[in-house]
Amino acid sequence: MSNTNISLELKNEVNQLLDAYVQCIDDDNLEHWPDFFTENCLYQVIPRENHEIGQPTAVMWCDSQGMLRDRITALRHANIYQVQWYRHITSHPVISTEDGNTIKVQSNYAVFKTCNDGESTVYNVGRYVDVIVRENGVLKFKERTAIYDTHRITTLMVIPI
Amino acid sequence: MTITPAHLKWPAGTDYTAVPYSIFNSREVYDLEQEKIHNGPTWNYLATEAELPEKGSFKSTYIGDTPVVVTRGQDNEIYAWVNRCAHRGAEICRERHGKSEDGAYTCVYHQWAFDAKGDLRGVPFQRGLGGKGGMPKEFDKTEHSLRKVRVVNYCGVIFGTFSDDTPDIESYMGEDVSYHFKRIMKGPIEVLGHTRQYIAGNWKFYSENTKDPYHASLLHLFHPTFGIYRASLGGGTIVNNDVHSVLWVESSKEDESKLDDVKSDKTRTYQEGTYQLADMSLLAGAKEFDDDTTTVIFSLFPSLVVHQIQNTLAFRQILPKNENEFELVWTFFGYADDTEELRRYRLKQLNLVGPAGLISMEDGESTELCQKAIVRDGDYTNVLEMGGVGTGTDDHFVTEGAIRSLWKGYRKLMDV
Repeated sequence: MSNTNISLELKNEVNQLLDAYVQCIDDDNLEHWPDFFTENCLYQVIPRENHEIGQPTAVMWCDSQGMLRDRITALRHANIYQVQWYRHITSHPVISTEDGNTIKVQSNYAVFKTCNDGESTVYNVGRYVDVIVRENGVLKFKERTAIYDTHRITTLMVIPI
Repeated sequence: MTITPAHLKWPAGTDYTAVPYSIFNSREVYDLEQEKIHNGPTWNYLATEAELPEKGSFKSTYIGDTPVVVTRGQDNEIYAWVNRCAHRGAEICRERHGKSEDGAYTCVYHQWAFDAKGDLRGVPFQRGLGGKGGMPKEFDKTEHSLRKVRVVNYCGVIFGTFSDDTPDIESYMGEDVSYHFKRIMKGPIEVLGHTRQYIAGNWKFYSENTKDPYHASLLHLFHPTFGIYRASLGGGTIVNNDVHSVLWVESSKEDESKLDDVKSDKTRTYQEGTYQLADMSLLAGAKEFDDDTTTVIFSLFPSLVVHQIQNTLAFRQILPKNENEFELVWTFFGYADDTEELRRYRLKQLNLVGPAGLISMEDGESTELCQKAIVRDGDYTNVLEMGGVGTGTDDHFVTEGAIRSLWKGYRKLMDV
């Protein structure tokens, strides 16, 4: 399905969703991060080396909004890690849809991480592969898979990509 | 003659309760470790047999920081050799894993070709071209094999050693580590994938960490925060041959009277229902062993830690990169005959462990915290007196006995 059949309005709407998502994370509004997903969803952060050969191991794998909320509760109250900020840079998305209801989107991302020492490093680079649906008039991620090239994670991953 | 760097001088009279910080950030010590430990009489984890399924399969990895390729030959045997061409020292195998269809491993630089055993098979223009050039007549290909690694396949796991003095694998690991190896390798495994973590800390800080049951309920707060885990679960530590260890937890031995001690101590550890999981399915699982052990973390020094944490199973390969950094490669697995349900449990529970593991992501962090703070004062030492000053096995978690044992064995291996 080519992009030409997608209305400018829909393109704008998808772009707004993608932009708002990364802004939410980078602004540390993580409590709102699960709201970008449908109740039953799939969010995974998976190394490209596994994805390419069909091995399922992901570093984050959540199949409900509840699991996403639990990630954030743990991040806020349980996990121990040094102060860190993300800055996501994303590419223009490639958007396609068969029926206008389920929208398939792919985009590239780079996440820079800055810690207390003030050094910003390229922390995680990859692509998002998304399935977006409309729920109560609002676009949400039914699936969001971050397939990362940077398969050597520095220290740990606590904040979602 | 043995060279003993000044950094390896243990403070007198402390036995194994005090380790000088200088051994964690000295290049001299690091190089000596590569020689005496990783290139010495130790078995090092290379791969699971499942990663080498067919004739021609190969995987690139390391022993210490030496690049090594492990192969399955046309005779179906497993071999390993240093990934360095016998000609001019170039890296031969440039892929992480794959299959050599013709069974040859050819250096791209001058196309010297080796077989799965590491023997030299072909040298382009060996006889020269048009009667000119070429290798000397007496050049003997059999004298130019790759540096070979002695390998053993133990319960479907491949180990390698550079030394002829390394004892057989079961004697090397000891009775309890061997028991747990056989327990966890109870049937053919299926590799579920790898994750990799790069940690700015000395590799031995991680060895200590995985022999340290004392930190588990104090650093890793996921379970206590959600009121799931209690420090009073039954279990203990077992030490084999000083440097190998087993940390185990049994679910059925919870002792409520011990809990009162924890509560009155008001540590962070015991928080009753402060937070609740929104989706409890994360904790769903199945009993899959014929015992009550819910967690076992056992280590085969210097390169391997194996774990069962609920239904997650993994090999963690410790790869030192220099005195200040190491890589941790996780190979997650299940069994070839897993039911769909059990497989789903495993995949969901992978959220708990690994680089983004809810219950253990802090291990890399703790290693880095130590590395950052020991830059100076190399003659200062840590304090390893929890549970006494002795080495060996304990039937509780409030001990650093397995860490003291590690240093006892380390000093033997390093000859200091």
